[in-house]
Amino acid sequence: MSHGTDRIALPPADAEKTNLVCHFCIVGCGYHVYKWPANREGGRAPGDNALGVDFRRQVPPMQLTMTSAMTTRIRDRDGQDYRVMILPDDDCVVNDGLSSTRGGQLANVLYGDTPVASHRLRYPRLNTGDDWVDTTREHAADLYAAITQRVLDSEGPDGVMFNCSDHGGAGGGFEFTWGTGKLMFQAIGTKMARIHNRPAYNSECHASRDMGMYELNSAYEDAELADVIWSIGNNPYENQTNYFLAHWVPNLRGQTRSKKQERFADETVGRGRVIFVDPRRTPSVAVCDQIGDADNVLHLQINPGTDTALFNAIFTYVIDQGWHNESFIADHTSGFEEAREANRMSLEEASQITGVSVEAIRRAAEWSYKPKDSGHSPRTLHHYEKGIIWGNDNYRIQASLVDIVLATGNVGREGTGISRMGGHQEGYTRPPYPGPRPAPYIDQEIIKGNGQILTVWGCNAFQTTCNAEQYKEAIHRRAGIVQQAMAKARGGSVDSMADAVHEATQRDGGLFIAAVDLYPTAFARAGHLMLPAAHPGEIELTAMNGERRIRLSERFMDPPGEAEADSLIAARLANALRRRYQEAGNEEMAERFAGFDWESQEDAFNDGFRMAHEKEIDSQGGETGRLVTYQRLREAGNNGVQLPVQEYRDGELVGTPRLYSDHNFDTDDGRARFQPAPWNGFLSPVAKQKEKYPLWVNNGRTNHIWQSAYHDQHIDYRTGRFPMAPLEINPEDAEAYGIANGDVVELFNDYGSTMAMAYRTPEIKTGQLFMMFGYFNGMVGEVTTEAVDENVVPYYKGAWADIRRIGSMEEYQRSVSFRSRRYT
Amino acid sequence: MKLSRRNFLKLSGSAAGSASVVGWAGTAVAQPDGEAAGRATLDYPREEIGRAGDLTTGEAVSFTYPDGSSPCAVIKTGEPVPGGAGPDGDIVAYSVLCTHMGCPVSYDRQAGVFKCPCHFSIFDPHRLGQQVSGQATVDLPRIELEYNESTDTLTAVSVLGLIAGRQANVL
Ligand code: SF4
Ligand code: FES
Repeated sequence: MSHGTDRIALPPADAEKTNLVCHFCIVGCGYHVYKWPANREGGRAPGDNALGVDFRRQVPPMQLTMTSAMTTRIRDRDGQDYRVMILPDDDCVVNDGLSSTRGGQLANVLYGDTPVASHRLRYPRLNTGDDWVDTTREHAADLYAAITQRVLDSEGPDGVMFNCSDHGGAGGGFEFTWGTGKLMFQAIGTKMARIHNRPAYNSECHASRDMGMYELNSAYEDAELADVIWSIGNNPYENQTNYFLAHWVPNLRGQTRSKKQERFADETVGRGRVIFVDPRRTPSVAVCDQIGDADNVLHLQINPGTDTALFNAIFTYVIDQGWHNESFIADHTSGFEEAREANRMSLEEASQITGVSVEAIRRAAEWSYKPKDSGHSPRTLHHYEKGIIWGNDNYRIQASLVDIVLATGNVGREGTGISRMGGHQEGYTRPPYPGPRPAPYIDQEIIKGNGQILTVWGCNAFQTTCNAEQYKEAIHRRAGIVQQAMAKARGGSVDSMADAVHEATQRDGGLFIAAVDLYPTAFARAGHLMLPAAHPGEIELTAMNGERRIRLSERFMDPPGEAEADSLIAARLANALRRRYQEAGNEEMAERFAGFDWESQEDAFNDGFRMAHEKEIDSQGGETGRLVTYQRLREAGNNGVQLPVQEYRDGELVGTPRLYSDHNFDTDDGRARFQPAPWNGFLSPVAKQKEKYPLWVNNGRTNHIWQSAYHDQHIDYRTGRFPMAPLEINPEDAEAYGIANGDVVELFNDYGSTMAMAYRTPEIKTGQLFMMFGYFNGMVGEVTTEAVDENVVPYYKGAWADIRRIGSMEEYQRSVSFRSRRYT
Repeated sequence: MKLSRRNFLKLSGSAAGSASVVGWAGTAVAQPDGEAAGRATLDYPREEIGRAGDLTTGEAVSFTYPDGSSPCAVIKTGEPVPGGAGPDGDIVAYSVLCTHMGCPVSYDRQAGVFKCPCHFSIFDPHRLGQQVSGQATVDLPRIELEYNESTDTLTAVSVLGLIAGRQANVL
């Protein structure tokens, strides 16, 4: 849908200006927020507006990013009206002044004169059994505490379950993870938690960590310095946009050659190369084909789920050619011989499994690992994301890739590394997870009828989990039992209501669900209690991006209604439990809920992030987190500092651009570990669907939509583009099923069914589909299996299904573009 | 309600007489008097851009509107499209400055889209300038056309959406 706006108000020269890190993707681009009284506006002369831009004439290309989506009006709690404009920061080293289609709409997701505002959750809400009503924070917290206390006292911590995000940006941050983490793992002491978008509490990079490397070890600058960048199961133009545009593209265009020459004087340097590993020709591949050519862009279009075979063949070939780094292997690693034996695979065999020609695999190996003319090994940067992480056996694939990196010593040096690309920003600082590894498969526990209270915090498994149909059925059924009990218990005290709920959960298999969120999501609405959270701009918040760069997003407006920071919500719940245990005379339990006397996000930050040197805390800030203060971050602005901080010197935080430059790895002996990772075929539940159904349902993101579309589903500009989850289908397959552009179609298999909007796409191979992941209207999780790797990381990409046409939707055909999303 | 630049300056200069009233829901910046009060858009010029019969299907023709520093393109798409003008409802016109950062987009006849070489945004003129993919946050501004059957002429009469690199469409 087009915005008809034909003029906007400029910030006056004296507008208040604060820093905000884009709270969407992992890149974490720097933005400036301008705020000024609504009854004023800046003039067109450069001295009369805060941007210093001359608007009396047409501003030339590439000098300004300013659209009607970047400004809005807000009202603070004191009743004052303001205008706000949010523009990318030209001086931020992350994005270099660029904005993406997601970050560019930051102003559009504020609580103000925006499409999302009326959808925000503003007050705590209680399901009375047949309707939702507002209630006070104190009442909500007391009811939550009363129920939790009963479950803890009867069943212990295992009865208290959490679906909890571990976000950096959007609504998250180090304060969020500490507040919620301290409540879950320390105070309540439960291990029955599932993290963010996965059905258990795990890392998506256990292999990398087990082998000695944290998964974000490179710097964004490395993409400017690399000879070769691998992009594996990753679509950076759409998902890590400004990292790609500001750092990869210049290298692929040869524009960083002189920078390379300066740094590596005696090495052969040239235009960067990129190698994609992806079954799909993604929009990123198409863009790279535009800016490069066959000599620097290679796409290994593997058969789905066959990455391990590809990497093992490259590993074997590189060693056979003698291109491995013997001294690095000898001095800094262990387990090489074992992996060499276990992973052995010929190019021919890999070609057969992956469907990629021997010649292409060989070329990839030569580009990446064959010594350059100067005799130096190429500097190769390895990036991966959901194609591996949510691929066919995450742990195995990742190990086979890291083995190559270790064999060639491509880590800890400029232009090298092995890093996930990431989805959201990070901000992890929590007490250690109290459960085992593998952690309990929480979704299955819920399906089996276990757990009595579930707190859904800043995430929405309805739209993002696997085997979703079965999961949702269990949630609705069990929540319904509690809802009936609550309806009957209306009018009583908090304690009598808690008794009724507890009886329903303990005796009747019910599940009490509380949700903390910005919006009343479908999951929240399936439950019984909602608590409104706040997001960046409304609160102060720290997070780090994909190169571990931490920044402080400053507060510039009030949260809506009674919404507050998640850390303070966690504290409120903990304090309510503490009070209840004190009243019950149970000092031991009361003590567990102590230490939440925070009044601000900064208090939570100081209690968690800054205390990892003293307390047992898993923190991305590490022990030197204590050197980081809000004030120091405020001074560091949008460029912040890369964690871990080395020291605070001359009024500046000194950080760590890339990890392992000393080749001292995160293992007991400091040596990185090779890990045997033989090719193992398909995870079994998936193999069964694959045999039975004709179409592979690949899935992932599009650049228009952020995460579960929690904001986007309310914004016409986004839903006008994708009113329903788009399903890319090859025209030949579409023809065979009689499917036209814009048709509503249904996918189905043994696990369930889902619906989508057909988008005929010649770039998609026949026999394959690509559906947008995590959308609110058509959810691919309904046809994925319960298959997980040994750490309970799901094979979200592993669905096979059949398709049928439901019918055509005239309005979709009239209003939605079905032109190619690939730049040709 | 929007005000023309001319009127706006006049108002803000005239101080207390025309009180500045600000509403929560409204987007007006000041309450105008006189003719501007009835206007929903800026004060756009009417400019004849050519004859429909001279356009070739699938070929973009350049013009400028509402002034010489705002390049635009008109396309006869060959099929009736939303917002289409002309005898067959298939003529549309757009500002060709990409709404991301203002680079000129070019029309790719084969793909049927406008493409921006700077950061690869793609816009569909058949669907009101919808961003197909890319980094813009609004669609391509449309040039509203009026068609005169008797003379077969197309006249640009306004712009829907803010032209990139401007605070207001009329300088
Ligand atoms: S690239 Fe990511 S962080 Fe940057 S503006 Fe876009 S969504 Fe925000
Ligand atoms: S200027 Fe067009 S995509 Fe950036």
